[in-house]
Amino acid sequence: MSEFPVWILFLALALGTFALRYSFIYFFGKVDMPDWLRNALKFVPASVLAALVAPALTYPNGVLDISLNNIHLLAGIGGAIVAWRTKNVLWTIIVGMLLFWLLQAL
Amino acid sequence: MKPTHQDFLSGARDSLPILLGVVPFALICSVSAIGVGLSSTEAVGMSFIVFAGASQLAVLQLMGESAVWVVMLLTAWVINLRFTMYSATIAPYLQDEPPHRKIPFTYILSDQAFGVTMSKFANEMPANPAWYYYGSASAVWLTWIISAIIGALLGTLVPASWGLEFAFPLSFMALMFAAIKDRPTLIAALVGGFSAIATKGLPYNLGLILAATLGIAAGVLAEKKMGAQK
Repeated sequence: MSEFPVWILFLALALGTFALRYSFIYFFGKVDMPDWLRNALKFVPASVLAALVAPALTYPNGVLDISLNNIHLLAGIGGAIVAWRTKNVLWTIIVGMLLFWLLQAL
Repeated sequence: MKPTHQDFLSGARDSLPILLGVVPFALICSVSAIGVGLSSTEAVGMSFIVFAGASQLAVLQLMGESAVWVVMLLTAWVINLRFTMYSATIAPYLQDEPPHRKIPFTYILSDQAFGVTMSKFANEMPANPAWYYYGSASAVWLTWIISAIIGALLGTLVPASWGLEFAFPLSFMALMFAAIKDRPTLIAALVGGFSAIATKGLPYNLGLILAATLGIAAGVLAEKKMGAQK
């Protein structure tokens, strides 16, 4: 990781994100957000986050594993129940990690 | 006290309850950054200059998987596309503000400040809406930075054997369930998730971008179809 230009990456992340934040504030009165874009944006968080979660649980060691031996998947399902009921990041992490450690110890 | 300052303070005060959620999120970002091998300075620096937690966590997870930087950038920007929606919504209230105030406070636009500000505006419009937003944004930002520093101090104490990288999917899960509000968003999540499993083998983690796009398209189609039924 040491040779990786992380600061350049952070800067690019920050500039791109600022452009998104400033976009319609800058263009106010000149460009309106088109309806199709507003519609599509509604689905960005649910879709991207699911696309991040699902492979992390089903490919624990780089190989697809949908079985009871996959403790990432089992603990993840437990975490999902907490996430669904509470929608709280901290509680989901606490319960999910405890389950993960418990299954690891079994 | 000037009326603008009063609105600033009430924006900050109304943000207090939501700050309880900002603290652990910033802590997690720092601890995770250190977990994938960044230094404490880099961890705090990332939170300071990027200031967008969900996208930071995504980048950190991808770093852990040794993804290429183009995919990291694309993924983070896709996650942050939601800011354009906030930008369009908040723009009318900032139109008369000078750039030297508007730009820094746009830089620190967050989900939380947007949420607090818009729910206030829906109930009662402050005399200086821009200043109310500035107060809320500042409170969230300050809390975020302080918590990120504390997280960086704690992060070096967490041994790698704890497997804390599992906290990534867990935190995304909580954010995902918060984003699932109706049937079309649920369909977007299901399609996004299953496509990501199916396309995991694609090089450079490109499956992630492809799956996210498919999920968004599925959500749009589902909503159109349901709208047509009504």
